Amino acid sequence: MARTTFSLGGVHPNDAKYAKDHAIEVLPLPQTVYISVAQHLGAPAVPCVAVGDTVKAGQVIAEPAGFISAFVHSSVSGTVKSIGPRKDLAGNNVTHIEIAVEGDDWVDGVDLSDTLITEIPADRAAVLDKIKACGVVGLGGATFPTHVKLNPAPGSKAECLILNAAECEPYLTCDYRIMIERTDEIVVGAAIMQMVLGGCKTVFGVEENKPEAIKALKESVARLGYKDMSVLPLKKKYPQGGEKQLIDAVMKRQVKSGGLPISVGAVVQNVATSLAVYEAVQKNKPLVTNTMTVTGDCVPDEAMHNYMFRIGMPLSYIAEQAGGVPQDAAKIISGGPMMGKAVANFDACTVKGSSSILYLSESATKRHPEGACIRCGKCAEACPMGLEPFLLNRLYKAGDVPALEQNAAQDCIECGCCLYTCPANIPLLDNIRLAKGQVMGAIKARAAAAKAAAEAASSEKK
Amino acid sequence: MEKYIVSPSPHIHAKQSTSSLMGDVVLALLPAIAVSVVFYGWKELLVLAVSAISCVVIEWAITKWLFKKPGYFCGSSALVTGLLLAMNLPYTTPWWVVFIGALVAIGVAKMTFGGLGQNVFNPALVGRVFLLVSFPAYMTHWEIPQGLFGVDAITGPTLLGRVAENGAASIEGLNYWDTLFLNMGGSAGEISALALLAGFVYLVCRRVIKPWITLSIFATVAIIAAIFHCIDPAQFTGPAFNLLTGGLILGACFMATDYVTSPMSTWGGVIYGFGIGFLVMMIRYFGSYPEGVSFAILIMNAVVPLINRAFHQKKFGRA
Repeated sequence: MARTTFSLGGVHPNDAKYAKDHAIEVLPLPQTVYISVAQHLGAPAVPCVAVGDTVKAGQVIAEPAGFISAFVHSSVSGTVKSIGPRKDLAGNNVTHIEIAVEGDDWVDGVDLSDTLITEIPADRAAVLDKIKACGVVGLGGATFPTHVKLNPAPGSKAECLILNAAECEPYLTCDYRIMIERTDEIVVGAAIMQMVLGGCKTVFGVEENKPEAIKALKESVARLGYKDMSVLPLKKKYPQGGEKQLIDAVMKRQVKSGGLPISVGAVVQNVATSLAVYEAVQKNKPLVTNTMTVTGDCVPDEAMHNYMFRIGMPLSYIAEQAGGVPQDAAKIISGGPMMGKAVANFDACTVKGSSSILYLSESATKRHPEGACIRCGKCAEACPMGLEPFLLNRLYKAGDVPALEQNAAQDCIECGCCLYTCPANIPLLDNIRLAKGQVMGAIKARAAAAKAAAEAASSEKK
Repeated sequence: MEKYIVSPSPHIHAKQSTSSLMGDVVLALLPAIAVSVVFYGWKELLVLAVSAISCVVIEWAITKWLFKKPGYFCGSSALVTGLLLAMNLPYTTPWWVVFIGALVAIGVAKMTFGGLGQNVFNPALVGRVFLLVSFPAYMTHWEIPQGLFGVDAITGPTLLGRVAENGAASIEGLNYWDTLFLNMGGSAGEISALALLAGFVYLVCRRVIKPWITLSIFATVAIIAAIFHCIDPAQFTGPAFNLLTGGLILGACFMATDYVTSPMSTWGGVIYGFGIGFLVMMIRYFGSYPEGVSFAILIMNAVVPLINRAFHQKKFGRA
């Protein structure tokens, strides 16, 4: 099979999957967990427990506050100690529910056994309800509520479900481990989502630097025998796991600027989400656990881990369990080195979408002083959206918002390829992020003005 | 927590830097430099040394005392300019003429525009053309060289010079294998096509440059030469001659591909290459100078901002 990948740009950082051979370990329970109510894209959930309440693992502790929002469950059993603001990893105050851990009791109906259930339920609405009730969100990074994504607006039809198994971020290996260790469950999860979407074609897009995962998925897909399901090896290139890039790689279709994947018939779900869907639908288990990698360039092999964690465990607690912060660490990152967030507050807690604690040494992460642009064009070559970062940078400095919009600053996916590749170390993405904010603001202001004008016109008619 | 860095993503960076890119260009020039030194002897080495050192020192001095921003100094870039300038000069050029060339290249063509990344015209070529029009005697004077290690050198006027004076018939019986390995006469950058092409392949493999500009120039020159040669072989030289002689290979591989003065998009580069190839052939066939690579590149340099405006990258998901 000819190797395929997305069509524009991309870079080839060293994949540094040092932790790939570390099997998933289950972290012991801490004394206290702090569960954020804003673990998903959209409106933060509203707490529905009170201080002093006893909760069980898997019990709902916060309810969605809008269409795009999600349930939040307790990941442990114990007593609610406090509900109030606590700093997240960027240092912003977010409402957290503090629970003192007592034992490990789960709510009734949760099946914690390893038995594989391969039979797919037929009731689409019931399955969607279950996914919603279990608080499943996209675990590829954006944490978009899964039940919304699996329920495309009337009139649009899913032609292809793409399972994002690219894990294109260097260092991260948690998706790889679940693909090896929990292959069948992921495949069943994919089959459930396939059914929900009306039985469309289903493709696992895996980068070819994970041959063991490709082999395991292929075997499992063949053995379980779901219809129209296949595994597609992809040429290694970052950002393959970007939603639009993956659709381009697998389906050879480009989502229009500002459009949704469903507009080209695509629905993309991460493999970790597929596992969460399996657990929710087949095992009644809400999304309260996930896998994460502890790794880095300055981490000795014995201190690297792939962990299954309970949501709400403090990062510092996990670091301690893994053997402490390495001496040479200069930066701690939650997520991958290309798009992850630098941790400003190490007492912050894990959320549904947490994927790593990544320690980078100064030599790996230090930004070099900015030099003069030599117009080499490497940033434009690297941009997977076909933008011209050097131009956007210049327009941003000139404060020319209309020209920024014309040159599609709003299409930036913030993958970091431009800044990664710039030989003069110009902070391209830093400035383009700001530019993007200005353009989005202008677009929104225009839409609001148009709406107000339309309303005024219609009220005049009346 | 205060001892850890907090900054926006991405948190890693590619190894390529401006200095490493320029270092790669210097490496790519080394084979051709080595051949020229062997062929022309110590005099060539003197020209190279004076040019390279002058360029670096002049850039350093201007950034330090005129700009007062020593951080703007990029020695490797000035070194490339110096080497390229030297490779465009006859090995007999007196040192003070070389120095004036360096002064014009860095001082006028590069730094007056604001230094690295800001210049419109290729500095080395501006330096060369300045010398060509100011000191024509030195710039077209060719001596029988005293090569190192007793390398045999046959020389006289350059091949293109001969053709300009006596027509295409004067080069009948020319062995193209000779021109591929050791061109007959010319400046350092005109001697060995093979050494230059080796450097070009190295740059493409190291992903320092894209090959499109160079290939576009070669293709344009070959096609135009083929057409004219078919029309009148006695007056117009053919494609192989035009590709292998003069400064075309040096110009196409190392001067036209200069980042700062070439278009940024692939198609822009192809158009730019076509323009250079076309102008080279028009000057060679119909101009008063025997060679036109420098002029062709400088003229197309002036068009680059327009090309950049016309050719943009293909955007994802937009028509």
